[in-house]
Amino acid sequence: MARVIVDVMLKPEILDPQGQAIARALPRLGFSGVSEVRQGKRFELELDGPADEAALSEVRKMAETLLANTVIENFAIHVAE
Amino acid sequence: MSAARVGVVTFPGTLDDQDAARAVRLAGAEAVPLWHADHDLKGVDAVFLPGGFSYGDYLRCGAISRFSPLMTELIPAAQAGLPVLGTCNGFQILCEAHLLPGALTRNEGLHYICRDQRIRVESTRTAWTADFADGQEIVLPIKHGEGRYVADAATLVALEGEGRVVFRYAGGNPNGSLNDIAGIANEAGNVVGLMPHPEHAVEDLTGAPSVDGRGFFTSILKRLVNA
Repeated sequence: MARVIVDVMLKPEILDPQGQAIARALPRLGFSGVSEVRQGKRFELELDGPADEAALSEVRKMAETLLANTVIENFAIHVAE
Repeated sequence: MSAARVGVVTFPGTLDDQDAARAVRLAGAEAVPLWHADHDLKGVDAVFLPGGFSYGDYLRCGAISRFSPLMTELIPAAQAGLPVLGTCNGFQILCEAHLLPGALTRNEGLHYICRDQRIRVESTRTAWTADFADGQEIVLPIKHGEGRYVADAATLVALEGEGRVVFRYAGGNPNGSLNDIAGIANEAGNVVGLMPHPEHAVEDLTGAPSVDGRGFFTSILKRLVNA
């Protein structure tokens, strides 16, 4: 049993107007010192078995196929502690 | 000779299938309902992928629909030359399915936009635009929150160089689409996707800004009759 985290982010060159809106809201709420915000998605996958090499390879395929649109998004996979 | 048969796909969350079917019938073709869960294209001569919020737009617009049973039949058929038109959510599905390059992302201004929009027809060499004139300006409704077309630099150069930018926004870019792109075609010109809604602009009675949408349907009918 293991939990694998897949983080999906828009590629750096893709405009993120939601992140910009959040960045503009922060100073209005009294928070300062943030120059940029980018918004992404986090997926938590509970595996039936261990997060071994084969399982992580499968997760990579899931990310490429469904979780991320690799035309506009990058993804990163890590095993939760 | 029997009428041309144009399939209109319905996913859970599709909104514009009835308007699309009506537009097909007004043009003189038979509208054949296609259901997302069927592995069956019912032998249609062309397919219209209408707008809406298929599968609730969960994950990304079109990301789930693209793997529906109907799409697993449609993708190889489109690659083999079946004419397919996707409008709005249909365009998003075609991009997610990689039948068209690039992607549709959230509008630059974040707002959902619903208004009449001037569009310039940039290519009449596709299955769906032959009845227009090159450079013709038409007016169609747009209604979307995620219609900003993006693609990498090499893809944009290819689209422009190969004449595959089919529609461009005129009189202002509503959503921040790169190169003002409103619609594109695949290399063969049988698959076309656009954010505006031709199926909402076929009848004066409905308060449509024009009947310019009829051109899409007369184009495909001529193509099918002459095929």
